[in-house]
Amino acid sequence: MFKGLGERLDDIFKSLKGKGRITEDDVSQAMREVKMALLEADVNFKVVKEFVAQVKERAIGQDVLESLSPAQQVIKIVKDELTELLGGTQAKINIASKPPTIIMLVGLQGAGKTTTAGKLAKLLSKQGRRPLLVAGDIYRPAAIKQLQVLGEQLNIPVFSMGQENPVKIAQSAVENANSTGRDLVIIDTAGRLHVNEELMDELANIKGTVKPHEILLVVDAMTGQEAVNVADTFNQKLGLDGIIMTKLDGDARGGAALSVRKVTGTPIKFAGMGEKLDALEPFHPDRMADRILGMGDVLTLIEKA
Amino acid sequence: MGFFGRLKESLTKTRETFVEKIDQVFTGRKGIDEDLYEELEEVLIQADVGVSTAMKLVERVRKGVKARNVQEAARLKDIFQEELEYLMGEKTSPIKINPEGPTIIMVVGVNGVGKTTTIGKMAHNYKAQGKKVMLAAGDTFRAAAIDQLEIWAERVGVDIIKHQEGSDPGAVAYDAIHAARSRKADILLIDTAGRLHNKSHLMDELRKVHKIVAREMPGAPHEVLLILDATTGQNALSQVKIFSEAVHVTGIALTKLDGTAKGGVVTAIVTEMAIPVKLIGIGEGMDDLRPFNPKDFIDALYGRRNDDE
Ligand SMILES: Nc1nc2c(ncn2[C@@H]2O[C@H](COP(=O)(O)OP(=O)(O)OP(=O)(O)O)[C@@H](O)[C@H]2O)c(=O)[nH]1
Ligand SMILES: Nc1nc2c(ncn2[C@@H]2O[C@H](COP(=O)(O)OP(=O)(O)OP(=O)(O)O)[C@@H](O)[C@H]2O)c(=O)[nH]1
Ligand SMILES: [Mg+2]
Ligand SMILES: [Mg+2]
Repeated sequence: MFKGLGERLDDIFKSLKGKGRITEDDVSQAMREVKMALLEADVNFKVVKEFVAQVKERAIGQDVLESLSPAQQVIKIVKDELTELLGGTQAKINIASKPPTIIMLVGLQGAGKTTTAGKLAKLLSKQGRRPLLVAGDIYRPAAIKQLQVLGEQLNIPVFSMGQENPVKIAQSAVENANSTGRDLVIIDTAGRLHVNEELMDELANIKGTVKPHEILLVVDAMTGQEAVNVADTFNQKLGLDGIIMTKLDGDARGGAALSVRKVTGTPIKFAGMGEKLDALEPFHPDRMADRILGMGDVLTLIEKA
Repeated sequence: MGFFGRLKESLTKTRETFVEKIDQVFTGRKGIDEDLYEELEEVLIQADVGVSTAMKLVERVRKGVKARNVQEAARLKDIFQEELEYLMGEKTSPIKINPEGPTIIMVVGVNGVGKTTTIGKMAHNYKAQGKKVMLAAGDTFRAAAIDQLEIWAERVGVDIIKHQEGSDPGAVAYDAIHAARSRKADILLIDTAGRLHNKSHLMDELRKVHKIVAREMPGAPHEVLLILDATTGQNALSQVKIFSEAVHVTGIALTKLDGTAKGGVVTAIVTEMAIPVKLIGIGEGMDDLRPFNPKDFIDALYGRRNDDE
């Protein structure tokens, strides 16, 4: 739908051919385009502003390289900076020295928590762990059943106590894991709005009671500007250990990834790439950077040069 | 609390973040300058209105200011609201009802936006109006999607037509239409599995269901309702475009407006695409659905009117 950054910058830099040095004026023009591209990708406005200021500084006064066009050069700087901000590849779950390792998934309604719980269980059981899935969503119709169906598909046990208090459920689940020799507990929680204090308190209580080793925020890749407030509130309340971006198999630019990463400072650990239970991949910052900029072609563009 | 009061309450968070920011742009300034317009544009972009629609809206405000020769920034507030109202339109677009019955409504959208929940709420509303409602469990893919709809059917007290998980959604729609006719239902709501619009095989499947519905009953589906999550950013435009191309979307329902998301992308959709927003979702309960009335919506956002019911 939207023009990629490459195309935008090419238009601007047509006039720049043959110049020796990228001037402040050139960069200002280019940065306007970068800003637009990022906003259209749903990167939060404030994050964009900071980012652009930072990149601008790096770009001014650089020599125009023989090998790259000015557009490509700016793109490279933008891309490198973006990749760095998005963090490294860290598809790792903190494993507790004393089992069981407890993981809790939190997030807005419909983000993909329950599905991701199933995916994580599958991934980690392949790595030799013995997960227990915990049905901690007592509100959504058939939420427990949904997790049970996934458990059945995976042949992984699901702990549930019906509509019992979620704090109690989490606590009993950990006891159950201890007594049945499960070394990994994955707690699914109900979707909630970050502004719903009562439900946010519920999560804080679960955390206080079972002390999870990983609290992961599940974020829909299609999320808009609001991603910043969501991630910030969850992080303030719970102290997140990581983020999982879902629905990256769609065509959203996924600028929310940059926003949540920036505002929480926690790593994006995994990318949800489909509805099936094997569709969970390590998060790749460089690919994400390309995607946010709307340039699947950026690498080839630079390689060609 | 009346209808409007509840709407207003549920939009409190949205109001606090969006309107107050807009007001801040207009207050405590001497004159109207470029900075002001830029700030206004920024607030709009932060509400997910999108760059191009925000620019359009600001341009209209700019023209309004010129035409009326306005000097004080404080007066911009009214102009802005007028222009927003203009862009959003005034009319409410009700769900189309087939007077000969049954009215067939297909509900579509990407994963997790609130399709099934919206169906539950709609069923509740129509039932309260004395209509005979039926549901079709057309999501045969997602784990426990059928159970979820079944719980809604029980909660509301309406019939549901369902097949096994993994079965053909077209066959479910087929059965449901025939059941709706023979049981003389007024409304049939067809749930479908969430699907990302860039997956062509899934869009083909949806097209197939649509085709079966159209074949089994001339004039059906009477509505194809696309559900959008208010938290969604610019991707919503792509969703509207591609779903419309595939199954001829006739209306939009915007869910999860009870958060702080401003649903600003609706402004972009209404401005740039000719598909009306018909319903809004403001919570997870069965009473949390409202017809979308642009004027009420803007009023509730601004906290302007008191409960009038
Ligand atoms: N295409 C795609 N769909 C996904 C992905 N992750 C989850 N989904 C789908 O998104 C929808 C919502 O997923 P759930 O796991 O039920 O989300 P949730 O966060 O548990 O939802 P609530 O419990 O209602 O808050 C379902 O249709 C899932 O199949 C993904 O990575 N890609
Ligand atoms: N706060 C809030 N939550 C909502 C609203 N509408 C739906 N939800 C929640 O969003 C989540 C997803 O809703 P569903 O109705 O299952 O969404 P869906 O589109 O049918 O999902 P799939 O079938 O998996 O694609 C559930 O937790 C709902 O309770 C709303 O208006 N406000
Ligand atoms: Mg869930
Ligand atoms: Mg559904």
